[in-house]
Parts: sequence; structure tokens; C-alpha cells
Amino acid sequence: MTEIFGIPTQALFGQLLIGFINGAFYAMLSLGLAVIFGLLNIINFSHGAQYMMGAFCAWFLLERWGVGYWWSLLLAPIAVGITGIVIERTMLSRLYKLDHLYGLLLTFGLALIIQGVFTNYYGSSGQPYRLPDEFAGAFNLGFMFLPKYRAWVIIASLIVCLGTWFVIERTKLGSYLRAATENPALVQAFGINVPRMITLTYGFGVGLAALAGVMAAPIYQVSPQMGANLIIVVFAVVVIGGMGSILGAILTGFGLGVIEGLTKVFYPEASNTVIFVIMVLVLLVKPQGLFGKER
Amino acid sequence: MTDGIEAVPAARTAGRAGIVLATTLMAAALAVAPWVGVYPVFLMKALCFALFACAFNLLIGFGGLLSFGHAMFLGTAGYVCAHAAKVWGWPPEAAILIGTLASTALGVVAGALAIRRQGIYFAMITLALAQMIFFFYLQAPFTHGEDGIQSVPRGKLFGVLDLSSTLVMYYVVLAIFLVAFVFIYRIVHSPFGQVLKAIRENEPRAISLGYDAEKYKLLAFVLSAALSGLAGSVKAIVFQLASLTDVHWTMSGEVVLMTLLGGMGTIFGPVVGAFAIIGLESYLASFGQWVTVMTGVIFVVCVLAFRRGIVGELGAWWSQRKG
Repeated sequence: MTEIFGIPTQALFGQLLIGFINGAFYAMLSLGLAVIFGLLNIINFSHGAQYMMGAFCAWFLLERWGVGYWWSLLLAPIAVGITGIVIERTMLSRLYKLDHLYGLLLTFGLALIIQGVFTNYYGSSGQPYRLPDEFAGAFNLGFMFLPKYRAWVIIASLIVCLGTWFVIERTKLGSYLRAATENPALVQAFGINVPRMITLTYGFGVGLAALAGVMAAPIYQVSPQMGANLIIVVFAVVVIGGMGSILGAILTGFGLGVIEGLTKVFYPEASNTVIFVIMVLVLLVKPQGLFGKER
Repeated sequence: MTDGIEAVPAARTAGRAGIVLATTLMAAALAVAPWVGVYPVFLMKALCFALFACAFNLLIGFGGLLSFGHAMFLGTAGYVCAHAAKVWGWPPEAAILIGTLASTALGVVAGALAIRRQGIYFAMITLALAQMIFFFYLQAPFTHGEDGIQSVPRGKLFGVLDLSSTLVMYYVVLAIFLVAFVFIYRIVHSPFGQVLKAIRENEPRAISLGYDAEKYKLLAFVLSAALSGLAGSVKAIVFQLASLTDVHWTMSGEVVLMTLLGGMGTIFGPVVGAFAIIGLESYLASFGQWVTVMTGVIFVVCVLAFRRGIVGELGAWWSQRKG
């Protein structure tokens, strides 16, 4: 068996793959947080709960109505996004004139409500989500086996991330969005409906979290707690990357996932904490984050 | 930052005499409470959390800094105090002291890191640091993981007061709480507290007036951590237990809730909030996960309609009535 630094290559590449998959979810979730923060100036604490809702939505569609994975990819983000729009219209929109911390507290409360309700009906144990048949099996890459579904998650998350980047940085709609991030009053004076844009942005960010949830469903168990611990790691990812740049969020997400995977190989005791340690180091050296700008 | 956390008129209008009167009434009510049928263990739990919430309020209410990781101080002090009392056989006063010191030291490190960013980032950084501490305790052997440190001896305070008696324990907890409460009042109304408020309202201006904002914020953070540690140590002695619950992020959320419900930036708010939440939790204990839902609902209602909290709203109503 071949070895690198005394570690079997199979184990090394296996953990690298897991790290890359985790990184894909970090990237998608921190991207949504960054987009929401850019326009609404709030940190969406319920992001983890909404990711969980996406996964549950897919599970429901399959178990109750036999609606498969592909339709879930479309329907779950729309459904969860609509709940996000309702939350923004009825609650968040009342808080924009106040300190940003109130948005954090409100979404924290919402996260508790959502998690509590789901835990109440489904317990803390996970529900398995059946993998669609077309994803059975794996590719043999010579040095390792790559399960088809994992390959799909990596490709799909890259498409989602780069697609979001393209829309925000390279289209007319994205230019409105970036302008409204800088100066909402001026953009509104040009005749653009900024409040509606804010609503749709929140819906989009929440939908993105739900999409990540659907993609996560076949890999992790679908459980009410699946988003709670993840979101704290994603917060650390956001602090490390800074929320100033879309590409920065994507790169930081994937990068940290891979670092976490490597830590699992070389020093497993630290694999839970490595991202937080990196956050501490980044705060010492570059407090505004790797890609951040002070605001 | 826009308007800042909503300033509360209660402390301003009530005046010194009113605060002294209210504190005396509170102390008297708490002193007779076990004799009129209130369960002392409930009171001790509520007092520990009231102290924890007052310490947290020092940071958010007067410094404008929202820490979402205060459980790390409560839990660290609890573990160190329990370990000192049980494994090293230290007397309770020494165990409480070492627990508090451990939290203070952690407060220096965490504070120095967290104050490098402001507002929302500050909240996220404290949360992430607390999660790191949580994973550390989850894996460290001396905490016994999921079991926690159990059957911690209460011992004899100063070798005289036998804390295994519930009533003696209760009055010791009450005394510690009252001393800490008055101490916090003194901090808030000292020149230091006034500078802290100035920094909260307008940091660049405070800096231009020659105040070293970072130093003041760090000191406030460390004081808050130390007092949270005191609460955690006392709690470990009272319940003879130090467990992961106290370092988990839900505990950090709970103290935010208590302070928000009682009234951020008021002297009595955190105490009222802590009693209300602990009371509610023991009342709803049989409803399982609905307690979490309830907690979430209180958060949402407070933020949307009730931002000044119970004491803040009462204070506003009082000053309005007086014209």
C-alpha cells in the first residue's frame, strides 16, 4: 500500500474528500450569510435551521408524496425561501432602523422555535434519506474510489457558488444589488424598489441554505439538530473570510473544509477545533478577515 | 452602528434613593422567601443565574457588546471549582476563588481577541470561541465528558459554616449574590462605568476625548467574565455538579434571553429576567422540547414588541406617569 507521510493514501484521500464535501456546505452556507448580510446588515442565525428545513422538506416530499430528489432540489428551496420571505416581511423588516444586534437576536429566537418544533415531532435521531438510484456506485479514480453522489455534490455546489458569484458580480441585477449594499437611499432614488429587493435577497439566501440542506440529506442523516452545530462553524468561516467578497467566501469555505479533513488524518483530536483555532490566528494577524474590508 | 441598544430611562429616573430602597426590598424579600414556602433550591438556582445575567448585562447593557459565548465563563469556572473541591479536596471558598480566577484568565484571552472586531462580528467571535472551549471540555479527561463532575462535596465554608445544610447554603448564596450585585452597581455608577457608556454611545468621540476605548472594553469584558465565573463556581458547589450543559451554546443564549426579557441596561432587569425564565422552565419542565420553542417565542416577542424588557417598560411607564 502506498503511503504519504506515513498515512495510507486511501485514508488521506478519503478524508480529503470528506473535507471537500464539508467545505462545499461551508461555502454554500457562508455565501448565503454573506449575501444576506450585505443587503440586510443582519446575521441570519436561523440559517442552520433553514438548512435543516430544506433537508426535511426533501425527506417529506420523498416519504409522503414520493417526489424524488431532482424535484426536491427545485421545490424545497422555493418552499423554504417562501417561509423566509414571510419572516422578512412580517418581522425582520421592522428591525432595519434598530441596532443590527436585534436582527441576530430575532433570528436566534426563530432558530430555537424551528428546531424545537422539529425535535418535538421527530426526536433527535436522524431519518435516513434514500439515495436516488442513478447515484449508486462509485468511480474508480485509480488512487481512490469516488462515490458518484459525492462527486455530484462537489460539482453542483461549485456550480451554485460560481452561479451566485456570476449573478452578483456580472449581471445588471447584481449591480443593483451591489449598489443597494453601498447606498440603499440613492438606489431607491433611482427608482429601484429596494424594499422588494431586500425581501427577495433574504428569500434567495434562505433558499440557498435549503438547497444545501437537500444536497446534504443523502450524506448526513436528516435530523432536527443537523444545522445547529454547523452554523457556529460557518460563523467562524465567515469571520475568517470576512464578508466583503463573494469569491472570498467560496474559497474560505472549501479551503477550511479541506484543512479540517487533513486535521482528521494527522491530528484527529483537534479536528473539531481547528477552524476555531484558525479563526483566532486570523483575528490576531488580520482582524478584518482574509477577504474582508472594514465596515 | 445605528441607534445602539435602546437606552433605558429607569436607572436615570429612579435615582439613588430609589435604587437603595429597591435593593433593600429585594434583599429582604429573598431573605424571607424560604420561610414562606418558596423552594430554596429553586431560589439558589435563580440567584446563580441572576448573578450570571447581571454579569452579562454589564457587557451588553453598559458596554453595548453582545457576547454570544458567555457560557464558556460559567462552565469553565464550574469545572475548575468542582475539580478543586472534589479531586484536590479544597475548601469551598478556595474552590470558588480558583474557579473565578480561571474564568477571569479566560476572559482576558477571549476578550483581547473578541474586541478586535465590533458589533455582529463580536457576537460571532465570542460564540465561536465558546464552541472551541466546549469541544475542549468534551474531550478533556478531567471533565468526564457527558457525565460531568458529579457529587462535588459542598464542604464547610471557612471551616465553620456547614454548607450541606440547604438553608445555610442558601444564605451563603444570597450573601454572595448581594455583594456582587452591589459591586456591579458601583461599577456602573463609577467614572469607569460612565466612560464605558460613552464608548457605547459613540466610540470615535470617546477616543477623540482621549479614552483608550480598547482598554475600557477589555476591562469590562474581564469583569463580566470574572462575575460570570463567580456564578458558575457557586452553581457548581450548590448543585454539586459541573456538566457540559453549562458550556453549551444554548446556555449562552439563555443568559441573553434573561437579560433581554428583564431589560438590558437596567440594574434589576437581569434579576427579574433570571427569576422569570428559571420559574418558567421549572414550570414547563414536563413539556420537553416545547420549552425550547417557548424560549424562542419569548426571544421573538421581546425583540419585536418589548425591547426594553420588563423592568425597562415599567421604568418608562413610571416616568411617563410622573409626567
